[in-house]
Amino acid sequence: MSADARALSVEGLYKSFDQLEVLRGIDLEVREHEVVCLIGASGSGKSTFLRCINLLEPIDAGRILIEGEEITAQGVDVNRIRQHIGIVFQAFNLFPHMTVMRNVTLGPTEALGMRRRDAAGRATELLERFGLAEKRDDYPDRLSGGQQQRVAIVRALAMKPDVMLLDEVTSALDPELVAEVLNVIRELAAGGMTMVIATHEMGFARDIAHRVCFLDEGVILEEGAPEQIFSSPREERTQRFLQSIIDAGRM
Amino acid sequence: MSGPPPPPDVDQYQAGVPSGDRGSKILAPLRTEGARGVAIAVVSTIVFFGVIVFAVVNSSGWPLIKEAFFDPEIFAEAFPKIVEKFWRNVFIFVTAEVFVLIVAMIVAVLRSLRGAVFFPLRALAAAYTDLFRAIPTILVIFLLGFGAPALQIKGVPRSDVFWAIVALALVYSAYVAEVYRAGIESVHPSQVASARALGLSRRKTLRFVVLPQAVRRVIPPLLNDFIGLQKDSALVVVLGYQEALRTAQIIQSENFDFTPYVALALVYVVITIPQARFVDWLVERDRKRRQAAVGV
Repeated sequence: MSADARALSVEGLYKSFDQLEVLRGIDLEVREHEVVCLIGASGSGKSTFLRCINLLEPIDAGRILIEGEEITAQGVDVNRIRQHIGIVFQAFNLFPHMTVMRNVTLGPTEALGMRRRDAAGRATELLERFGLAEKRDDYPDRLSGGQQQRVAIVRALAMKPDVMLLDEVTSALDPELVAEVLNVIRELAAGGMTMVIATHEMGFARDIAHRVCFLDEGVILEEGAPEQIFSSPREERTQRFLQSIIDAGRM
Repeated sequence: MSGPPPPPDVDQYQAGVPSGDRGSKILAPLRTEGARGVAIAVVSTIVFFGVIVFAVVNSSGWPLIKEAFFDPEIFAEAFPKIVEKFWRNVFIFVTAEVFVLIVAMIVAVLRSLRGAVFFPLRALAAAYTDLFRAIPTILVIFLLGFGAPALQIKGVPRSDVFWAIVALALVYSAYVAEVYRAGIESVHPSQVASARALGLSRRKTLRFVVLPQAVRRVIPPLLNDFIGLQKDSALVVVLGYQEALRTAQIIQSENFDFTPYVALALVYVVITIPQARFVDWLVERDRKRRQAAVGV
């Protein structure tokens, strides 16, 4: 695959909840191995956008393509599509009635049809890589927030996704637990994982992103390299948003 | 390995779900008060109940009450006979319970299906639960127990036990279906989203993620309905079937004494309490397992 092959294309995406227009024409192209960070105020549509990419929300208009295949076409097998897209949620959403191991192997065994032993092997490898090997037989309630979120990332990785979508994965964490999760994401980026990351961590976005998109009222108002967006934003709304982050002492 | 975090105070599984009567709640305050508290509790209990027993036994009506309800000779005669026939009740309610567990689950799942195409199934499930929760159990037993055999259609069983089981299973499946449904709806949508995001089908999401959590949460209210069903197995008496209540009735009329009823009441109490404790143990075991760090 060439370096500029498109992993994900979004064309003219619209999405409303009843009267509320959340996404009003989003266009985005993500190349393979690219890390794109979505920034913007709460309610700007970041989470909805990610959920649409994973077909968790039906879209009103537009097209989404993964590796060149239109996933929003009629009659597409959504279960097969989702196997190629990993998503990690703000609130972890681990399965509380299953051990860490089973959380990680459920997808591979039941969605991919892997043998349990093979899935366990893959899970063990991933858990070891992210320092969670000792937790394999624990239930999620016993883990810290940071550990739970790392398990959630491993659970998504166990499906060997083409693209990872991260939805404010550190927003529900105590400040001292944020770093361990961000380090995992850095490692993924270093390993060439294609990622779309909605985040409030501006410093992290500046470090990790190849490209930053500022979402405002359901559209990508401005996008560019992190240096440009964070140091010389062109749009007035982007400037105001970043100023409010600086004022809050968050950057 | 680093120290595990303290277990959370709020049990997420139990939140919002009645946990059933727990014997341990009565004893709980004693644990904080220590040995002196226990001693005080023992003395005050003996004094309190001693006074009540003394007052009752010395009241003018006591000999009459004792003879009519607590006659030792009649009890000794009636109890083994009642227990022997109570096995028939046990057969009726255990068989009914097995069907209830299965039928109610099917009804609850049908009712939670989404999508326009499933409307007829949803409507059917809703109509069924509405209907059988509305009709008095005894009426259903009359209708099926007398009505079905009276049809004399070939192939339709005529056994009153068969129809009693069908009637109880129909009525209680309606209740239990609602219990299951409450459990299914209590599983947070984010759990479904996580499972679907992994590429699991609706069916597998239900099977691996929703139902296991739903069933765990509804075990205590499920027991409530099972105790109700066990007690209602006595309604079969109206079909003239000789089960425990009918046996008690016969002994009562032979002696003009109500002790056999008290004996039967005792049987029901004795079978119910262990079930309540068993459910407590089950819930507690599940809670501990999820919160216990393995290998620490």
